[in-house]
Amino acid sequence: MAIRINGAEVEAPEDARVSLLDLLRERVHLTGTKVGCNQGACGACTVLVDGERVLSCLTLAAQVDGRSVTTIEGLAEAEALHPLQAAFIDHDGFQCGYCTPGQICAAAAMLAEVAAGAPSYVTADLTAERVPLTREEIRERMSGNLCRCGAHNGIVDAILQVAAERAA
Amino acid sequence: MNPVEYRRPATADEALTLTGSAGARLLGGGTNLVDLMRKGVERPSLLADVSGLSSLIEPTEGGGLMIGAAARNSAVAAHPLVRAHYPMLARAILAGASAQIRNMATVGGNLMQRTRCLYFADTAGSRCNKRSPGSGCDALEGFNRYHAILGASGDCIAVHPSDMGVALAALDAQIRILSTGGIRVVPLTEFHRLPGDRPDLETALEPGELIVSIELPPSSVAARSAYRKVRDRASYAFALVSVAAGLAVRDGRVEDVRIAFGGVAPRPWRAFRAEAVLLGRPPTTEAFEEAAEAELQDATPLSGNSFKPNLVRRTMTAVLSELAGDDR
Repeated sequence: MAIRINGAEVEAPEDARVSLLDLLRERVHLTGTKVGCNQGACGACTVLVDGERVLSCLTLAAQVDGRSVTTIEGLAEAEALHPLQAAFIDHDGFQCGYCTPGQICAAAAMLAEVAAGAPSYVTADLTAERVPLTREEIRERMSGNLCRCGAHNGIVDAILQVAAERAA
Repeated sequence: MNPVEYRRPATADEALTLTGSAGARLLGGGTNLVDLMRKGVERPSLLADVSGLSSLIEPTEGGGLMIGAAARNSAVAAHPLVRAHYPMLARAILAGASAQIRNMATVGGNLMQRTRCLYFADTAGSRCNKRSPGSGCDALEGFNRYHAILGASGDCIAVHPSDMGVALAALDAQIRILSTGGIRVVPLTEFHRLPGDRPDLETALEPGELIVSIELPPSSVAARSAYRKVRDRASYAFALVSVAAGLAVRDGRVEDVRIAFGGVAPRPWRAFRAEAVLLGRPPTTEAFEEAAEAELQDATPLSGNSFKPNLVRRTMTAVLSELAGDDR
């Protein structure tokens, strides 16, 4: 088996203690994924495993052997920006940028969850097939990603823009 | 982190052969265990990753629902049958942690997460009877805003942090546990032990056992049910108080009711006394408040959370009033 990271196969480490986050940064040298709290409280290390957002700091690399990982480096095609990357620039969805890779990976998965009809804690009708993507919904669904610079309003604007583009 | 061997058993039986060995721990999503390993609180020598075992969610012949222990929290909350027939369970899961953590965490792992507080994780500076039996508890006279007011002991006042478990307690969930001797079934309300003088022992699960599934029996109150969580920030925070409740009213009287609290006890706290007070009574605000008082009569608030009994009473009354709606 191997771990497929942004399309390339990487062998799982021998040492089971190695987190997915450390594998990405220290061994594969994909440093876009950031170390924030390293204890599951901030979301800076968010990546996608088989398309779903997870925290790479609390994932052992061994757990994703045989699965597919997408990091911020693998989100867009070649040199083009992913629509969320472009929208974060348009709306000043960051200041220092440290939480941004995690924010964008989380947002990409979040839009897919909404498209699949998954409810959130603030969704009034749990049985609705289509959830209206309000600011309140975005704030609740993105609550696992903290921004110490306080760019949350810009982040919500950026996500709303991409959601609107897709709906058009 | 100490060196550890990682294994991924292909079957439940294979997992059982691993769990009996000393130093072995079952691994679900790892959202609690990996964190505690990194902090030096947990030091397993073997991790048996059971997150690939049964994650099936399906109706039972008796009209209930069976949830495989390896089902992800997010998959349970998004499941059409859970959303339609067990709204308190969907809402409780969605109130817990963050979307990333819910994608990782399994149902079995959620129940097996440690009953804990900040002092438990502070290996460098704090005494904790749970982490180091007999060493003392720094939470008793310390920062205990988040701690228990029901079911605690002089040795430990930590709460069980699960939101999902609170809804499962209210829904009379049954935990199916596999060992080489076969399956035994433990009600969720009896699965988590009260701390007494052994706060290091938290659940009914013995070495050599594995949670394979959670069964929800048919329920007359599940369809009209809700979960409300009160916390210090609007999202991604542990509960100060939470309430899961389901209500059935017939001819102006409470025909059936289920109530459970989170954030106030070392286990998801089923409010049996409150339920008994309400049965057969008109579903009025006064009755709800009286029921809450009955449940809270043994409450022992701490220096940092004297507000909790009042918050429980008000939250419970609000949730039940909303469920009663026009029947009130």
